[in-house]
Amino acid sequence: MRKILIVGATSAMAEACARAWAQRGDALFLAARNAPQLQSIADDLKARGAQRVGSKVFDANQFDQHAALLADATRFMDGLDTVLIAHGTLSDQERAQTDVPYALGEITTNGTSVVSLMSIAGEQLAQQGRGAIAVISSVAGDRGRQSNYVYGSAKALVSAFASGLRQRLAKKGVHVITVKPGFVDTPMTAHLKKGALWVKPEQVARDITRAIDKGGNIVYTPGFWRWIMLIIKHIPEFVFIKISL
Amino acid sequence: MSSQVFTSWGRVLREAHEVVGLPSRHQPLSLPASGASVLPFGNGRSYGDSNLNPGGALLQGGQLDRFIAFDPVTGLLRCEGGVLLSSILKLVVPQGWFLPVTPGTQFVTVGGAIANDVHGKNHHATGSFGNHVTQLELLRSDGSRRLCSLEQNADWFAATIGGLGLTGLITWAEVQLRRVANPYLDTESIRFHSLEEFFELSQASERDYEYTVSWIDCAFSGKRLGRGLFNRGNHAPAVLDVDAVPKGLPAGIATPSRRVPITPPVSLINTLSLKSFNTLYFNKQRQDVVRSLQHYRPFFYPLDALLEWNRIYGPKGFYQYQCVVPPERALSATRALLEAIAASGMGSFLAVLKQFGTPASRGMLSFPEPGTTLALDFPNQGPKLHALFAQLDRIVLDAGGRLYPAKDGRMSAAVFKAGYPRWTEFTSYVDPRFDSGFWRRVMENS
Repeated sequence: MRKILIVGATSAMAEACARAWAQRGDALFLAARNAPQLQSIADDLKARGAQRVGSKVFDANQFDQHAALLADATRFMDGLDTVLIAHGTLSDQERAQTDVPYALGEITTNGTSVVSLMSIAGEQLAQQGRGAIAVISSVAGDRGRQSNYVYGSAKALVSAFASGLRQRLAKKGVHVITVKPGFVDTPMTAHLKKGALWVKPEQVARDITRAIDKGGNIVYTPGFWRWIMLIIKHIPEFVFIKISL
Repeated sequence: MSSQVFTSWGRVLREAHEVVGLPSRHQPLSLPASGASVLPFGNGRSYGDSNLNPGGALLQGGQLDRFIAFDPVTGLLRCEGGVLLSSILKLVVPQGWFLPVTPGTQFVTVGGAIANDVHGKNHHATGSFGNHVTQLELLRSDGSRRLCSLEQNADWFAATIGGLGLTGLITWAEVQLRRVANPYLDTESIRFHSLEEFFELSQASERDYEYTVSWIDCAFSGKRLGRGLFNRGNHAPAVLDVDAVPKGLPAGIATPSRRVPITPPVSLINTLSLKSFNTLYFNKQRQDVVRSLQHYRPFFYPLDALLEWNRIYGPKGFYQYQCVVPPERALSATRALLEAIAASGMGSFLAVLKQFGTPASRGMLSFPEPGTTLALDFPNQGPKLHALFAQLDRIVLDAGGRLYPAKDGRMSAAVFKAGYPRWTEFTSYVDPRFDSGFWRRVMENS
């Protein structure tokens, strides 16, 4: 049985992971902003077979609450060995271009709050000498593009931070996984038109749970995004500025 | 809000619909600003247009897919309306419970099972799905919520069971499950050569077998008319004969993996394929009676193993025709139906015959009633087929029977109203913002 903390537990990807874990009888502690939604997910996971399910209403932008969340989760499950950080918002790029406070708020939600949580969780797991942190970044973090560079740059911060943390903590027995989903059909993206590259959260969850079980450092999900992003990253800047992506 | 093309299981209609998401059962419905009507859409297993709303919007009911509570001691399960029966079975069978009633596919939602008051092979013993719903919550477009049960809002309960999704959204429901000792069924398959023999077997089996259903050959007239295979079974007892448990199960059937990969340009079902298939199928077992222990999946859901089997009927799709006729006229009406179908040469190899029992349905528009039900698929062949349907309609109405809305894509307003006399009472429970292609058709001129 694993003891798993999920931040952003009402996200579709996180919920799909949680169902897989509940089914195998893990203990779960859920954190998210929306209280009734959090409660329905907790009830669902309990019915599906999770050994214990705790929850806490939590806003990732209240940084002074981060340490308390880790402490609550550890106390409730009598330990902690896996942390999934999955909270986030899909930024409105157009608004962010002129509304600077909004842009910085988006960077806080999707970037610095994740850095804070990863730091605190990293120290705790390093001290006990084992455990895993999986953090949901995005393919959008691989290269800033005109269509969503505010969201993308927050995710770039997450990816770079996770990379360094992974290198440091690997020596202490802690496994850090950067998850980079492509287009996922979730309530967050409900308003967008879907094409052939879109996948269901269940498929992303399969890749995440497998990476935590079997090892894996940077997980593109679905896997073909590794090759798409490889190409996009290598387009020379003088060509890149002329195309619209 | 986005737009998306939806088709129902029969694939005759392909229509773009506005799509409305349902992220949480706690939120009010978000309705299209255009004023367009809405209809809950679950997993799309209804055959015709009772789950479509051309020109309007569909509420994505499948998003409400959370369990709320399951008590492994009492077998009481509470879950959201979009939970699939397959998810329920996966959860409860290992804990010794089973669905009280299941249709021929496990890929339907709980909300859909209630809205169509689906029946199974155990109707004679336990009635239909609605008979096992202890309570449900109905969310209306005006934001009101009603807890419905036999005691509370009993009239709304009766309207919503079999109410075709028109009374509002079923956000959650509570169902009483039934105990089982294991996932297996003790089954028998018996060859019969005439309709009389079918009725005798049915009558003889009803007391001792929880599940009965027959495949009937509808390709031949004359001497071979009414021949078929009678299946009956019970949940296997706690003590199993280990040698009798099928080898390689349940791993081999753990997930349905075969899929009809493409839609063939023409229907693969025609007179020639039908006659040869039926002859082979009728003679598939060497003895007249074969007894076997079967896992619940092949027993209840033989077609689920072949995902998207509806594609074999080609791009024009197919219609299903399912009717029930009361006991006193059952033999003559069923014979007349089979004769008309055999003469047309258009029948299906998925012809199913079953006796409904006396447990009364709870819904105003519930389909099951005491009598004999016959269900067949027909490749869509245009006017020629609709002429046959008109002929079948007459036989059914003359016998005092009716058709099943969940399987229908063409019945006339007159045929519907004759079969469902409580329709006038029902109309006062229809949500003013809810509508469906089916409902518009059968309410014409009223």
